[in-house]
Amino acid sequence: MTDISTGVVFALLEEVFGRGLFWLMFVGTISIAAAYLYVLVRDRAVSWRKFLLSQLSMPIGAVVAIVFILSVTHSTFADIGGAIDVIFVMGFAVAGAIGMAILVYTGQSLIWRRRLHRRANPA
Amino acid sequence: MMLNRRQFLSVAGLGGVGAVAATGLVAAQPAQVSTNARIVIIGAGAAGTALANVLLRRLDGAQITVIEPRRDHIYQPGLTLIAAGLRPPDYVMSRTTDWLPSGISLVEAAVAAVDPETKTVETTTNETIAYDFLVVAPGLVLDHDAIDGFSLDLVGREGIGALYAGPDAAAKTWQAASHFAETGGIGLFTRPATAMKCGGAPMKHAFLIDDIARRAGNATRTQIRYASHNDTLFGVPIIAERVRMLFEDRGIDALYSHVLKAVDAGRRMATFATPDGDREIRYDYLHVVPPQRAPDFVPQSGLSWTDRWVGQGWVEVDRETLRHRRYPAIFALGDVAGVPKGKTAASVKWQVPVVVDHLVSAIVGQEGSARYNGYTSCPLTTRIGRAMLIEFDYDNNLTPSFPGIIAPLEELWVSWLIKEVAVKATYQAMLRGRT
Ligand SMILES: Cc1cc2nc3c(=O)[nH]c(=O)nc-3n(C[C@H](O)[C@H](O)[C@H](O)COP(=O)(O)OP(=O)(O)OC[C@H]3O[C@@H](n4cnc5c(N)ncnc54)[C@H](O)[C@@H]3O)c2cc1C
Repeated sequence: MTDISTGVVFALLEEVFGRGLFWLMFVGTISIAAAYLYVLVRDRAVSWRKFLLSQLSMPIGAVVAIVFILSVTHSTFADIGGAIDVIFVMGFAVAGAIGMAILVYTGQSLIWRRRLHRRANPA
Repeated sequence: MMLNRRQFLSVAGLGGVGAVAATGLVAAQPAQVSTNARIVIIGAGAAGTALANVLLRRLDGAQITVIEPRRDHIYQPGLTLIAAGLRPPDYVMSRTTDWLPSGISLVEAAVAAVDPETKTVETTTNETIAYDFLVVAPGLVLDHDAIDGFSLDLVGREGIGALYAGPDAAAKTWQAASHFAETGGIGLFTRPATAMKCGGAPMKHAFLIDDIARRAGNATRTQIRYASHNDTLFGVPIIAERVRMLFEDRGIDALYSHVLKAVDAGRRMATFATPDGDREIRYDYLHVVPPQRAPDFVPQSGLSWTDRWVGQGWVEVDRETLRHRRYPAIFALGDVAGVPKGKTAASVKWQVPVVVDHLVSAIVGQEGSARYNGYTSCPLTTRIGRAMLIEFDYDNNLTPSFPGIIAPLEELWVSWLIKEVAVKATYQAMLRGRT
């Protein structure tokens, strides 16, 4: 477990999730990130209304991430012992929060745009 | 082919840098070597499989033969989780052929003898296979018969567990252990006096069953007793001292110099050999870890140490190069190797590059330079949700993989996370020769 390199990290993640699922998740994450960048560039501005909603969703993302990691490892909050444990839990929370925010922002941008589009050009 | 090789070079190259940084090992040259050498590997467990995968990529044209009678591959570190009800038996099961590369030949038989003078191996199916280099990696034998009154069909009944014996036995162990955790009584946990694989595992079981009994509200109704074979709780002094403190904290009673020799299942009595003679101890739950030794063909073929680990049969190798001290064409890898520490899958990960380096160097007529420092690791689960990530070497030094980040002697959730999620992934990546 000592020689950590990008290749080894990918090899390990493939083993954790299974090859198919891992690359599906990887492509999913990249696509969402790309879609997020796409709407930012397309709209040429951050929409503060969408941003507010996506910010409000962040705590939900954080909680979901923590509950997920604790449940798959048969653990509870009582098991969080040392400082490094707190840092790891916070890391999972931050990752969950940011992931959720990006997802919600991107989702809103793509869906609203479509709705607006539909309202402007009723079929 | 190009892509594979490039991918391999990047993984091996970067991995090599990490290895040098971590332990001062000299990274093996990843360039392919052309040869028509006949290499025979005995056993396709953790060690034989990992080695076959790495060798196939290092060597161009070598004839690699793997001899393995078992169709199932067992991920043994998962057995402690099965015996604590945290995983189903199939968690550890896969097929031997799932992990072996297609460029080798697999002989589905057991080795009956090695003749190091004529450089041949004989199988139980009467096949004779000649080698230029031989790697002995058949793991070890669990000698259940050495304990009077014990047999594997007792496991799961009469309050008896024996999780080392495989996934079925581990599941039955959980039946007996969970019944004990619900009803309480005396839980007696043992380990053998011989060298053994994963010396922490008997203790992990004791800690986990203690925790499960506590969670069931039976802390006051259970007494956990751990019988150590000598006067310490662990072979590495600093870890032994830490375990002693944890035992005190949990109220686990340590019995020193108690070696299990007989079981009377009807009376629920275990007999221990102690310095003061035999002693009978009553139990409601007994966990048996039997004496361990090399498979019979090893001492019978004259490959074993004769003056060390007498009667256990481990292969007489140099502890740093894993090369046989009398037969330079022979190496030993994994549990069967006669070295002071290193009977874990984590050790195998560090042993494989050393054997590869010396074997490939020998093929091109040079001396290898890689050294195995005794690295052994054993995530010691101290309760459900926490573990200590202990790693050490021949000299009883702690060798933490994440110094300053994951403290080895602290009970941490992160270390438990590693045991639950990362250990199997690391093991499987190692089998494929990718770590
Ligand atoms: C309960 C338990 C918990 C463990 N926990 C950990 C842990 O947390 N971390 C860790 O790193 N390690 C752990 N280990 C240890 C680890 O599983 C072993 O050290 C590792 O599997 C050793 O690899 P090996 O290839 O030497 O032996 P094995 O993996 O046992 O493989 C040996 C192979 O050789 C074959 N064989 C046997 N005899 C012959 C013959 N005559 N001819 C041909 N083939 C033969 C066998 O069928 C087998 O497939 C644990 C082990 C147990 C039992």
